[in-house]
Amino acid sequence: MRKLFSLSLLTLASASMFAGGYRVSIQGQKQLAMGHTGVAVVNSAEVAFFNPAGMSFLDKKFNLSVGGNALLAKTRFQSSQFNQTAATDNLGTPFSLYATYKINDWVSAGLAVYTPYGSSVAWDQDWVGAHLVNNIDLAAIFIQPTVSFKVGDVFSIGGGPIFVQGSVNFNRNLTPNPLLSNNGSGTDVTLDATGISASGYNVGMMFKLSNKVTLGMDYRSEIIMEARGGSAVFADVPTIAAASFTNTTFSADLPLPAEFTTGISYKASDKWLFAFDYNYTKWSVYQSLDVQFNNGLPTSINPRNYKDASTYRFGAQYKASDKFTVRGGYYIDESPVQRGYFAPETPRNDSVGYTGGFTYQVNSRLGIDMSFLYLHFDEVNNSYDYFDDPTTNNGLTSFGGTYKSSVFSPGIGITYGF
Amino acid sequence: MKNKFIIVAALAIGFAGCEPEFENEVNAAYSSGEADFTRYVAVGNSLTAGYMDGTVCRVGQTYSYPNLLAQQFALVGGGEFTQPSFADDVNNLGGFAGAPGSTRLVIDAAQGRPEPIAGTSTITLTPQAKAYNNMGVPGAKSFHLGFAGYGALNPYFARHATTPTATVLADAMTKNPTFFTNWIGSNDVLAYATSGGAQANGVTPAADHNATGNLNPATYGMNDITNSTVFTSVYTNIINTLTINGSKGLVCTIPSVTSIPYFTTVPFAPLSPTALGGAANINTLNAQLYGPLDAIFTALGEPNRINPLSATAANPILINDADATDRSAQITGALTPSLGAPTAAAFGAVFGKARQATSADLVVLPASSVIGSTNSAAPAGININGVTFPMANKWVLTATEKARVASATAAYNTSIIAIAAIKNLAVADMNAIMNKLVTGLQIETNSIYTANYFSGSGTEGQVLFSLDGVHPNARGYAVIANEIIKVINSKFKSNLPLHNPTYFPGISILPTN
Repeated sequence: MRKLFSLSLLTLASASMFAGGYRVSIQGQKQLAMGHTGVAVVNSAEVAFFNPAGMSFLDKKFNLSVGGNALLAKTRFQSSQFNQTAATDNLGTPFSLYATYKINDWVSAGLAVYTPYGSSVAWDQDWVGAHLVNNIDLAAIFIQPTVSFKVGDVFSIGGGPIFVQGSVNFNRNLTPNPLLSNNGSGTDVTLDATGISASGYNVGMMFKLSNKVTLGMDYRSEIIMEARGGSAVFADVPTIAAASFTNTTFSADLPLPAEFTTGISYKASDKWLFAFDYNYTKWSVYQSLDVQFNNGLPTSINPRNYKDASTYRFGAQYKASDKFTVRGGYYIDESPVQRGYFAPETPRNDSVGYTGGFTYQVNSRLGIDMSFLYLHFDEVNNSYDYFDDPTTNNGLTSFGGTYKSSVFSPGIGITYGF
Repeated sequence: MKNKFIIVAALAIGFAGCEPEFENEVNAAYSSGEADFTRYVAVGNSLTAGYMDGTVCRVGQTYSYPNLLAQQFALVGGGEFTQPSFADDVNNLGGFAGAPGSTRLVIDAAQGRPEPIAGTSTITLTPQAKAYNNMGVPGAKSFHLGFAGYGALNPYFARHATTPTATVLADAMTKNPTFFTNWIGSNDVLAYATSGGAQANGVTPAADHNATGNLNPATYGMNDITNSTVFTSVYTNIINTLTINGSKGLVCTIPSVTSIPYFTTVPFAPLSPTALGGAANINTLNAQLYGPLDAIFTALGEPNRINPLSATAANPILINDADATDRSAQITGALTPSLGAPTAAAFGAVFGKARQATSADLVVLPASSVIGSTNSAAPAGININGVTFPMANKWVLTATEKARVASATAAYNTSIIAIAAIKNLAVADMNAIMNKLVTGLQIETNSIYTANYFSGSGTEGQVLFSLDGVHPNARGYAVIANEIIKVINSKFKSNLPLHNPTYFPGISILPTN
């Protein structure tokens, strides 16, 4: 067991893969197993993410939760119109680390480290959609020092600043037109920016309506990842265009949208706990991905036109014995991607998540958490209609077809507390 | 504990192995419908052979629309599709060995103009003596397909004719087609049109056999317009032969020449005041040449045959119209007092059939490098082509000549559609499709393609024609293949996928040549 744990720590690599948009809802083993509910659930140090106010209601003085997931995302693309097929399989490793400490009866402090955004998609280089994306790797680590105050016995508030460290690496071809290619390989650009810093905050409040019913609310602010001075490297540039496409630096803004969550939990008995969360994510902030180059090339305008999106989460927990707790959950995740803006860099339509897991309590201090997530996507016919081909003067080019994705993610973690 | 781990592990592996699967695979609905594509044979001319940029080259040939069709037919039972071998075109230059300047056209960015690509063609006339599925023969007219020994007249057919006396059609029939396409007939008018209605010498008018009534194609000149009765008879024979075993097929109509860049690129009035050397020069030209000619024509009741040059707007070029009333005697007479008899006679000879071009005339693409240049054969002083010396017959398809072409094209297309109806063949109306290119053809991906390729680098990515101005480029052939596929799908209830023209190459641009 110990070995597994250390392994999972070693793989604290970059985050990846998204559910709605490029959001990865995998921020804790226990809560993921319950459909990623948690704004009104006081189970473990994971609450530092879901609702910082909940730290005040943790029983133990010190709580630690560490975990990670292997996120296997597969997407298939096909176009019967043009007899095209493509596939991409990607592995991501989102992780989280939460620690809380009860300083005294009314104030608790904590630290949360998690990876709620990220996207890693690699299609075959020069595939049919290469002019939209060959590969993208977006990572953001959130570090959130947190404090929570208990006001009386039934109410608490909490929150903390979020410091984000992020990086992005993005490669795409400039056009599907073979005019810009070199020996059959399309001219492509790699945008790479690391060490992007940004900040925001996470605040929440929790209200224990009764011994059985808890209400929670949480707000995580919008954070704009401002990439400045990243490198833009052009490859496979034909001689004819060499003067235009010289390597340079770029600037771009990628918004990580604000997220509002409210929810309720109901402790039906000593054994049963039920939870419901509603997430509202302000994806509409993501209107366009504009990349400015510093060598005189025109700004690359990539309309996204995301819409605000909701997620409905249901979870249950059953304490079978002192040693075993079993969990299950279900959620409906709306995609922020609108019709006609469906790009293979975020090939996500509405999905339904099925989750499960259990905790094996080794002793009163140490527990082993296991979780799994399966995201089901219906197959969808959609397209991205806003590609402005630099080799033509008039008209936008559409790229579309049928997409089918699936995501599976087993996870493991430990809980330690005293 | 242990058991539970095994269950979870099994679950994990189960899900991880779970591939996203489509309800229907990409090719699930593809079908040949009522057609049988087992043995597909294409007959036609250069358009069928995959001719582009002024030649057939090894790579260009792979983009021939029959080859693109065959790729889709192969998804629903289509067999092997062979094309005449261009393996000897090692460097993909096209042309013919021993014919300088016959290589494929490219844009030389350093010069900013189309040029034959540098290098020596390695394509020889070595007989392959083999029938192919693609029996498109560049240059072939309708009556050539059944012409025994056509290989002696046409180097492309000479390369693969099965015997020295073979006909294109008989060779095609040895492939025993279950499905065919036939796009023949363009050259029956196109040769006339591209040569500006002139014979090979560039001056003597070529014949319109709809006017002469000559029904014997063996006596036709190379640039003559085929008599439409002859066309109908020949075309009927071709279709009867192709359908002799009951095979289904598709025929294409003949595109109107007015839609192709060869005729639409060079304007009729390119002579800007600057190009003419400014107001002072224009005044001199008007005083010494345009004014006197205008006076003579006006006196003869043709006030607009020549008008003085404008110093503010672009002026039309001066052309030789073979169909104009010959005024050489009157010009000589009128100018003799001022210029003397010998010079006046020379003027009479040069300007007797001259007039200024109008918007109804089509100036051919190669004229762009001739207009404004000095004509060494012309008398000194009146030797600037299009300005002081009328452009020869071959450089302009005049309104009258254009009308002959249009009339013949319409007659051929009427025949093609009628003959196809008798045999229940599909008809791809290439005339309608090519006409769309003038204003822009929007394809399935919303991209808009045009026939306009000399409007700067921005249009080079969206043009469907190759640099010869007559034949499509690879992208254009993909669009043509798509239009044919749509007609086949509709006519024969088949379901064949399209090609995405966006991924096909357009014009070759080289930094230097």
